[in-house]
Amino acid sequence: MEALAGAGVSPGVGFGPVHRLVGGVPTPPADARHDGDAAAARRTALAALERVAAELASRGSSAGDEVRAVLDAEAMMARDPSLADRVTRLIGEGMAPALAVHRAFGAYREMFSAAGGYVAERVVDLDDVRDRAVALLMGLPMPGVPLVAEEPYVLVARDLAPADTAVLSKHVVAALVTEEGGPTSHTAILARALGVPAVVACPGATAVPEGTPLLVDGASGVVRPAPTAEEVDDARRRAAAREAALARSRGPGVTKDGTAVPLLANIGGPGDIAAAVAHGAEGVGLLRTEFLYLGRRDAPGVREQAEVYREVLAAFPGGRVVVRTLDAGADKPLGFLPSAEEANPALGMRGIRMFRHDPGVLADQLAALALAARNAPARLDAPARLDAPARLDAPARLDAPARPDAPARLEVMAPMVSSGADAAWFKALCAEAGLGEAGAMVEVPAAAVRAREIAEEVDFLSIGTNDLTQYAFAADRQVGALAGLQDPWQPALLDLVAMAADAAAGAGRPCGVCGEAAADPVLACVLVGLGATSLSMGAPALPAVRAALARHTVEQCRAAAAAARRARSAGEARMAARRHLPDLDDLGL
Amino acid sequence: MPERKVIVESEVGLHARPAALFVQTAAKAFIEVTVAKGAGEPVNAKSILSVLALDVRQGEAIVIRAEGEGADALLDELAAIAAAS
Repeated sequence: MEALAGAGVSPGVGFGPVHRLVGGVPTPPADARHDGDAAAARRTALAALERVAAELASRGSSAGDEVRAVLDAEAMMARDPSLADRVTRLIGEGMAPALAVHRAFGAYREMFSAAGGYVAERVVDLDDVRDRAVALLMGLPMPGVPLVAEEPYVLVARDLAPADTAVLSKHVVAALVTEEGGPTSHTAILARALGVPAVVACPGATAVPEGTPLLVDGASGVVRPAPTAEEVDDARRRAAAREAALARSRGPGVTKDGTAVPLLANIGGPGDIAAAVAHGAEGVGLLRTEFLYLGRRDAPGVREQAEVYREVLAAFPGGRVVVRTLDAGADKPLGFLPSAEEANPALGMRGIRMFRHDPGVLADQLAALALAARNAPARLDAPARLDAPARLDAPARLDAPARPDAPARLEVMAPMVSSGADAAWFKALCAEAGLGEAGAMVEVPAAAVRAREIAEEVDFLSIGTNDLTQYAFAADRQVGALAGLQDPWQPALLDLVAMAADAAAGAGRPCGVCGEAAADPVLACVLVGLGATSLSMGAPALPAVRAALARHTVEQCRAAAAAARRARSAGEARMAARRHLPDLDDLGL
Repeated sequence: MPERKVIVESEVGLHARPAALFVQTAAKAFIEVTVAKGAGEPVNAKSILSVLALDVRQGEAIVIRAEGEGADALLDELAAIAAAS
């Protein structure tokens, strides 16, 4: 079989038999009858629904907040008493359990579809629960991902949904390959978070038969069905060399010529602290705070929030913790915030826009942060280490290297800033709360274009490349078919990053990058070359980025950045940059 | 039969999180409890599928009914959830 080519989005080599994600479950035959024992048939049907509910609930408990909410709602559907009544009635008419369950769901499916809006969107969840129960009753493989396997498998799918992947682990999945998706797709982000090799946008992948051995190179994007023994050995040798190189990568982020580039972790809550520390994060470059707010009727109290912030601060003595204030929007409405249905939530009332008229919830969050900072576990005035590496030429006061003898420094930043006025407003609100270090995120293209006036109002900038890419190219991150436009290697995106970083340097402010772009070791070097003064990413990406930076000088990074910006496409940009970064071979890049 | 008439205030209507909370609260009670949209047919308030299928949106009225021990307390609790913005 010919090798397939896709976009490598999570480096490493994976080898194992193909497991294709099962698409649909067939409809039970319309004449399926039970054997006459209606009571037994009813018990069978209800037991299957309960098993589905229990499995969904247990998957949810090991997932993040958003996924958990979906899975918990699905578990409630499987345990629904009115559904059980319908199933019982249909079985009483003689239908087999699988058919009765299918028909019972069908009644709600019609009502949901007819309702439109939010309720109609729940048809997907309804079908998922139905398919699981029907598969169980018909003795068919369960749709979704096997949780245990004798040998790790390569998961192949058109695309992966959060429910499919909530429970994936490195121990059962050797690699992920999808036909759709791009570098910022759910699959890519998940694969990097798990440290599993992944290739997306790989046409033909789902045509490879179940069980075929598949060799996946998550760096080059090459996917080889039924490889020879030599090909596997060679790939594994490269992967082993990479592992060894990564294992040697320790300490703070620094280029070959001694310029400090603090390497920080993106985290979604205290649950992510352990992984960040284990991978050597010097702090947190992006603490997403939505987890404190989602699924609640009232906003969390100041003390409750402060406890959580303090827990994060305590984990990084001498480092820094950058907290992004609440980024809610119409796509994830919160009961205690005003929201209206919007056709384009990404272009609507989200981030700080929501608080410009009524800052109440934001002011409480800032008060909680100030409270946490006042009680941080050490003092700020500890002396600087004398052996600290040199700084980038931007006066990177905030990006000074970590000092274990000092407390973690708290910085807050506002999402969705689009003007100097936004930035000034946020800075004033922070000052009122007693927070000294306030920054602005650069996600809106206008903010990159006018970064100078924003930088002058705040203490630092942080570029959120995921949103900046989707807004710059007007390409929704959820639309897999637009993956090519969501590629952070696009020269236009690199130009915007350069504009923001240059403007920050001109204003004497540090400028970090906290999007998925920083998790790509080659692109990380380019970002430093463009002027990024710190990089923040999913924790498992830290060792590879640290190793890539340590092998190159700032001058090489600048040359790579300049070459990438001269390119005409994302692919060309990557190749051009790679030519200026010669020492990546042993990293398998 | 004790009942409460409530205007649903949540922006998302009696859907998503408010619906889940409403149904979970009803399901904890040992007595039967129904909910109807306006003058429509009452459905089992312990059934998330039935409650979602009612498709109650912001500003719409619902009638919650229950009878038996603790009915009034339960109805008050459910009414508060439905009326919460």
